[in-house]
Amino acid sequence: MTSLGVTPSTIGRRLAWTVSDTLAITWRNLLTLVRLPQLLVFSTIEPVIFVLLFRYVFGGAITVPGVAYVDYLMPGIFVQTVAFGAVNTGVGLAEDLRKGLIERFRSLPMARSAVLAGRTLADLTRDAFVIALMCAVGFAVDFRVHTSAWAFLGAIGLLLLFAFAMTWVFALIGMWTRNAESAGAASFPIMAVLVFASSSFVPTAGMPDWLRAYADHQPVSAAADAARALVLGGPTAGKVLTSVAWSAGIIAVFSPLAVWRYQRSA
Amino acid sequence: MQSPPADGKAISVEGLGKRFGKVVALDGISFEVAAGAVLGLLGPNGAGKTTTVRILTTILRPDQGRATVLGIDVARNSQAVRERIGLAGQYAAVDENLTGRENLRLIGRLTHQSGSVVKKRAGELIERFGLAAAADRVARTYSGGMRRRLDLAAALIHKPPVLFLDEPTTGLDPASRSELWEVIAELVADGTTLLVTTHYLEEADRLANRIIVIDGGKIIAEGTAAELKSRIGGVVVEVALADQAQAARASAALGAVGTCSLTPGGKTVEIKVSDGTRTLVNVVRILDQERLEPISLAMRESTLDDVFLTLTGHKAASNKAEPAPGGRRRSRWGEG
Ligand SMILES: Nc1ncnc2c1ncn2[C@@H]1O[C@H](COP(=O)(O)OP(=O)(O)OP(=O)(O)O)[C@@H](O)[C@H]1O
Ligand SMILES: [Mg+2]
Repeated sequence: MTSLGVTPSTIGRRLAWTVSDTLAITWRNLLTLVRLPQLLVFSTIEPVIFVLLFRYVFGGAITVPGVAYVDYLMPGIFVQTVAFGAVNTGVGLAEDLRKGLIERFRSLPMARSAVLAGRTLADLTRDAFVIALMCAVGFAVDFRVHTSAWAFLGAIGLLLLFAFAMTWVFALIGMWTRNAESAGAASFPIMAVLVFASSSFVPTAGMPDWLRAYADHQPVSAAADAARALVLGGPTAGKVLTSVAWSAGIIAVFSPLAVWRYQRSA
Repeated sequence: MQSPPADGKAISVEGLGKRFGKVVALDGISFEVAAGAVLGLLGPNGAGKTTTVRILTTILRPDQGRATVLGIDVARNSQAVRERIGLAGQYAAVDENLTGRENLRLIGRLTHQSGSVVKKRAGELIERFGLAAAADRVARTYSGGMRRRLDLAAALIHKPPVLFLDEPTTGLDPASRSELWEVIAELVADGTTLLVTTHYLEEADRLANRIIVIDGGKIIAEGTAAELKSRIGGVVVEVALADQAQAARASAALGAVGTCSLTPGGKTVEIKVSDGTRTLVNVVRILDQERLEPISLAMRESTLDDVFLTLTGHKAASNKAEPAPGGRRRSRWGEG
């Protein structure tokens, strides 16, 4: 009987299973993206439209001191894209719940965290793809990196870490709301408050004091400011640390909560 | 095959209770299933069948009582239980964007078997469940019956010694149903312990050695199919008469043959008996003596409704909400 030699005797073995279970689920979710390419297409079209809209429609009216607006804008658009992309994580998990897949997974001897980790990793892969595409579009509409290629790659890495953190927030929301529509509906207000009241599109200097106090101290602004510093230059280290701390903190709080919720989902 | 615990019980349930808010889904049920045996859990909508299966497969935690599978406590040592069980839930849980083969391989990998074993096993199951032609198509394109079969195949990928099937044939046509029964019978012949839930007396009769009837979270009857049938009458003789007056007379006269009841219209007498043919002869004789001429005289197998009418005095499912077809209703609220 093949299944019986499997009582985990060592931590190493259990860890190996956690990794292999997570990869199996990641593979499954990436396969869905291949089978339903429209998911990827639609999650790319929107950010591309945003880039073009801000660049050509609002770009003429918005001036940011000392820098071309497109260069100011691009890091913000990246942040906005990965933040909104994370909503799909919750929607996808809610779908898996509805279809009974999570129930089946929970009857298997697989690692508790694997269903969620596999989902967030697959979504991270999707984000990397989308960001690469947006960079191409950005460069085509005159976006220029003022620092170095390394700093630019650092900015991408920082954005992906932020993206990963956000997917855990929405994983929890998906497990909580339990259906795709509610997961989507619950996510929008959170996104609006995080993304639009931030430094993603415009400097916070023009905001009223009360709003600015919030906008200067929230994770989306932190990620946008850090990514911006990395591609535009200026004081960088502090901003990068702040953003990394936000992302690490979000992962540390939300991943255990999401896994806890997963174990209670029947 | 996993060696069963010393007492030979593959499943043991003691005073299991579970409530969802105000709804008492399970109200202290106890039963045992010997290793290699098949238990049929029979009951109407909302009886608590799925809740029992979910607790035994470690998906839900009981509020009260204790349950073990192969001697292992399902609440305390759920990981060890999961290594030894297979589950095909009430609604086929297949990933629609994966092919049939990919679905099986995914579940195979998640049961921690080597890639080559999974590959071989998936191939075998695809053959056995008649999915060869569709194995490399995405499951989105499968019919309901194919999904069911794929779901059952997935539950078997790691050859679990204890198997749970929640309404395995609901929604299947008669041919697919008896095909599935054959596959299940083969598994049982190989020594798998099985707990199967159903709404159909016929199915419980066909698959199970022992049947437990539950209603409202309580066990209301228990025994072999033959025992239950003799208790409730395995056959129903229906005598339809021209009007209510004649039916009332017939009902009174036929009381000697078996328990008589009038159907809601009041024109048909139903008699529950264990031996249909002999009864039919007697019925004809008595009706003739009484000079009553039936419009029709029929004999049919007891349905679940008859079972419940006899055991509980209320009709199965009549006072419970019927689930939306195919929907995963009512489990939406979480159990907190
Ligand atoms: N997650 C849940 N939240 C709230 N109530 C629930 C939940 N799951 C089950 N119930 C309730 O518990 C009772 C038993 O439900 P269960 O699903 O076990 O019945 P069942 O015998 O499987 O019925 P069916 O034949 O319709 O599948 C029902 O009254 C149901 O409404
Ligand atoms: Mg059920």
